[in-house]
Amino acid sequence: MPNNSSAPAPVFYAKNVTKTFGHGKTLVKAVDDVSFSIADGEIVSIVGGSGCGKSVLAKVMLGLYKQNQGEFTYRGKAITDTRSHWNEVQSVFQDPFSCFNQFFSIRSQLKDALNILKVKPSKAEADARVDAGLMAVNITPKDIEGKYPFELSGGQMQRMLLARIFALRPKVLIADEPTSMVDACVRANILDYLMKLKVELGMTIVFVTHDIGLAYYVSDRLFIMHEGKIVESGTPDEVTQHPQSPHTVQLLEDIPEIHKEWLKR
Amino acid sequence: MPTFEVDHLSLHYLTRFGEKIQAVSDVSFTMEQGEILGIAGESGCGKSTLVNGLMGLFIPPLYPTSGDVRVGGESLMKRTPQDIRKNVLSQKVSMIPQGAFNALNPTRKIKDIAADVIASHTGGHTSKKDIEARLRERFDLFGMDTERVLNAFPIQLTAGERQRSVIGISTLLNPQMVIADEPTSALDVTTQKVVIRMIFDLLEKGIFNTMIFITHELPLLRHVANNIAIMYAGEFVEKGTNEQVVFDPRHPYTQALMGSMLSAEPGQKSRKPVSIEGAPPSLAKVPPGCRFAARCPVARADCKTQKQELRMVAGRLVRCNYAE
Repeated sequence: MPNNSSAPAPVFYAKNVTKTFGHGKTLVKAVDDVSFSIADGEIVSIVGGSGCGKSVLAKVMLGLYKQNQGEFTYRGKAITDTRSHWNEVQSVFQDPFSCFNQFFSIRSQLKDALNILKVKPSKAEADARVDAGLMAVNITPKDIEGKYPFELSGGQMQRMLLARIFALRPKVLIADEPTSMVDACVRANILDYLMKLKVELGMTIVFVTHDIGLAYYVSDRLFIMHEGKIVESGTPDEVTQHPQSPHTVQLLEDIPEIHKEWLKR
Repeated sequence: MPTFEVDHLSLHYLTRFGEKIQAVSDVSFTMEQGEILGIAGESGCGKSTLVNGLMGLFIPPLYPTSGDVRVGGESLMKRTPQDIRKNVLSQKVSMIPQGAFNALNPTRKIKDIAADVIASHTGGHTSKKDIEARLRERFDLFGMDTERVLNAFPIQLTAGERQRSVIGISTLLNPQMVIADEPTSALDVTTQKVVIRMIFDLLEKGIFNTMIFITHELPLLRHVANNIAIMYAGEFVEKGTNEQVVFDPRHPYTQALMGSMLSAEPGQKSRKPVSIEGAPPSLAKVPPGCRFAARCPVARADCKTQKQELRMVAGRLVRCNYAE
């Protein structure tokens, strides 16, 4: 691992990370010999089709899965204690409805989330932080007072997940398809909030998505994944304009763009 | 004669508190043989309710308010769901649902699910052997491993294969009209292309020839549809040809929708997608004037009170009194 004393350790560092499921005949290599490093304050997108292993890689970053082989570190240390890891690394998941317990009010769940912090805020401070988080995503705290998850729409729920991030103020955010459930105009909204977060908190963000358009718009660097391997990485312009790997070319060709011939009829 | 006619169709839901939710208001259009109509709009704008209405399938709490739907001159209104299921669905109008996984019975093989469709519409006179031969013949067109797919349970197939099987089952009886309700929104871009290609293949082979394609992705419609209708809060706000709507939108909502698109085309990185603030109006209390007025960037003083009608603007229909 690169431990020259001058440069700070990268946020995430992976060397030959492999994560497999099953064994023998049913062995599946979800992440296959992946190496990369992500610096502080960077926005990186991991792009790939369904089943390419991008979500598994995100879960490795969150400490939810442990790699079978290779080395994976967060700021120079292996992830051992997930609770303290989640203090700094938080995520937005794909399906907001399965992230909230439907038996508790949203507000109480947002407040509960603050318990993960090392220094637990006082009651008044917790309330203030939740309010600030909600305001940041354009929702007046009064609107969700006493509301339960099933009373909100998909777009609103996805914003609740972001409000939680605003309240928690993590150092790193892993966003696993944060806009998969919403239509284009709400998607633009959510991206606005995320960019606001990034500016306000100086966060490192890892996007996991199959939408290369979104990745191109938000990120500093793109990783293209295919069958568990990172087949290409580079700046958005490099990757989209001079793709090297055939998988990237394929991915780019498959997006229906308005000004491009997509499917010959 | 047009294949498919929709005449001032309005649909509403009746809640158990006696509240009337006007999900679709005053939708009219006609479709000719071979036409593909795309309908786009954000979540909750009434796209899926409209689909049920177009099939004539009114299951409470959905009720028709007024209007008529005709397939080949035959009205689908005022018929029981049983009648519609037996005589209309699959044969005249067929639907491709959104979630293929939810549409397929997880405990049965694809061939059994498909055989049911044939058996139930031929009165059970066809022998099992004939049905299987027919299935094999049809599934051979889809470019999949026919034997493996037919003998698989839904869980054993990939998402793309599942969606293609569902399309195959929906079109088994050569319907005149196919309604595809977000057939690809759960798939990644590569699989999406495969599925769209299959749909065009079926069109080319004449298995069906008229289609309504519903999605919230305008760039996709650009490549699929001949004509596009944009829906907002239960109404068509703009309807024109593909090029007219995508490249030269006239209704403020269509313009906003186009502005919120992201794309990976070169030189687009600096272009910020514009989000539309606010939310669509509640359909339980329909506003008297323009339904988009509260969010419209160019709304005028009387927009909120004045009723808007569809009118011709630059060769397409637009529901805005001030669009030009």
